[in-house]
Amino acid sequence: MTEAAQATSSVDSRPLLSVEGLHKYFPAATSRFRRNERFIHAVDGVNFTLAKGESLGLVGESGCGKTTTGKMLVRLVDPTGGHVIFDDGVGEPTDIATLHGKPLKEFRRHAQMVFQDPYDSMNPRRTIFDTIAEPLQVQQVGSLVDRIDRVTEMLALVGLTPPRAFLFRFPHELSGGQRQRVAIARALIVEPSFVVADEPTSMLDVSVRTGVMRLMADLAAGLGISYLYITHDLAVARYMCSRIAVMYLGKIVEIGDTEEILRSPQHPYTRALLSAVPVPDPTVKRPPVMIEGGVSTVVNPPAQCRFYARCPLADDYCKTNDHPPLEHKGQEQIVACYKA
Amino acid sequence: MAVEVAPQSAAPSLRRVRFALAMRSLRENWSLFLGTRIGVIGLAIILFYLVLALSHPILMNTVWDERIYDPVVGYAFDETRQPAPPSRSHLLGTDPLGRDILSQLMHSARSEFLLGLLAAVVTVTIGTTVGAIAAYYGGVVDTILMRFADLMVMMPGISILIVLSALIGVEHFELALIIGILSGFGGASILLKSQALSVVVKPYIEAARAAGGGPAHIIFIHIVPNLLPLSFLYMMFTVTGAIFSEAILSFLGLLDVRMSWGLMIHTTEAAGYLLQVGKYWWLIFPASLSITLLCSSFYLVGRAMDEVINPRLRRL
Repeated sequence: MTEAAQATSSVDSRPLLSVEGLHKYFPAATSRFRRNERFIHAVDGVNFTLAKGESLGLVGESGCGKTTTGKMLVRLVDPTGGHVIFDDGVGEPTDIATLHGKPLKEFRRHAQMVFQDPYDSMNPRRTIFDTIAEPLQVQQVGSLVDRIDRVTEMLALVGLTPPRAFLFRFPHELSGGQRQRVAIARALIVEPSFVVADEPTSMLDVSVRTGVMRLMADLAAGLGISYLYITHDLAVARYMCSRIAVMYLGKIVEIGDTEEILRSPQHPYTRALLSAVPVPDPTVKRPPVMIEGGVSTVVNPPAQCRFYARCPLADDYCKTNDHPPLEHKGQEQIVACYKA
Repeated sequence: MAVEVAPQSAAPSLRRVRFALAMRSLRENWSLFLGTRIGVIGLAIILFYLVLALSHPILMNTVWDERIYDPVVGYAFDETRQPAPPSRSHLLGTDPLGRDILSQLMHSARSEFLLGLLAAVVTVTIGTTVGAIAAYYGGVVDTILMRFADLMVMMPGISILIVLSALIGVEHFELALIIGILSGFGGASILLKSQALSVVVKPYIEAARAAGGGPAHIIFIHIVPNLLPLSFLYMMFTVTGAIFSEAILSFLGLLDVRMSWGLMIHTTEAAGYLLQVGKYWWLIFPASLSITLLCSSFYLVGRAMDEVINPRLRRL
């Protein structure tokens, strides 16, 4: 009894996921005969933690490595380096960055992913039942009758009612919002500990977006699921996530409590990002943050702040020193900037 | 259109639902197929030859006297001169050896069908599997399989068959296997791999991997079913190619077969009637017309299937 209580309390104090120095380098040109020395630093040393039941938003512009980070957490992409310690409090803490074979297949029950595109994330030749039951089928969970029951329950849970009417439809018979609900059902059917949601609402109509977001938030609260919610939309991140991490060119530049970051962004990039959010009020005057130029190269980037080329605050110190480390700049706010 | 299923009797009814769904998509595709004129024409020709092929054994057992009408060893005792022109008893006349042409034609139709279909099935089975595997694994596996495919495409098929038939004696069955393997590892795998490449990058493949599905699950549950329409299309064109190769080879007298359409033309040529087509038309036309019609009918059906599976070709 006391042991169990201790166990649960220690679970709560330890994060579900601890990401340490996660790297992914893609070769910039593939040649079978020459050694490649140019690498795209898609994700370049990312550190964060994800607590049980917590939603962490990962925001940033296109190509900054959000999706690659997410895919590494579910091992759809193999990390070049770094550790991802997964500790659900039940089994031993494991480093999922180096799993393979049977333990990896086992791990896939704990981590699932919801994809951005509701149209291409389902095999057009398989029914909704086949799609949702696929994780159960490949993991050989339950009999066929059990699977039908669980899929039916899951369909009801994600708001596709009556569930029987959806079981044997094909994806093309469903709307975008309905498909995304099916995708959520597929991710949740194995009762995972965490789900990587890769912009699940960005391709939906605005009118059905909130419904899907509310569903995901409700399910997370009800089932105790942690999300890594990848988005470029700060309003979505604010709705879904208690903490957000801002990424720029493969690095996390700011991470902290959502409201705190939105209220007082410290990193110049976060400020620029926030100033780009339109405010539906013509009388509001907000000082624009000027950043200039384009995104600098991700192929073998120089050893200086990734944001140097566009930063309004940058000086010689930023130029000559390596990318700044993440430092506490507020209560819960960690920022990677020498000048902030 | 929603199909319901009761969980109590889930397993058998699931099979029933899947069957119903398969029938539904089959019906939809069938009505699209009927909308294409060339498909209907092609299918009609195929059915005509199918009836010919199937009725031959029946006729031999009932109406036709085996000594006269046997396609290989029969002799038309009722005719005074061979080759005899078409008459009441020999609707398409007889060949220079006194054998009934109609009987030969019908007898050969069956082996042409079997040859074409076997060659096509072998081709498509190999091509689909190799294409899906090459596209899924990529890298070295892809390179090896595709360079091997290049090698197969470069092989001069007819010349190889000539050598092989001189060495080991090739019958219909061996011919079908050789054609199937050559085009299965060759053109079919290149074509189907290029299609499979557009399937492997789809997010549902990633979703299957995230679910824990291994290579076999992904290749045979996700990639191959999405290649099947193109496979069937390719199958139709292979039938055409196989029948045509057979005709060429047996006309050259290189096939170890007892009777075929190509061999009928070969017999005519060997007996010296080939250059007197005007006078002895019944020796040439039935066989050559059959080759042409059956080859083009499978091609037409293939083209119609192309329209069914490729909505951009459909006339709206």
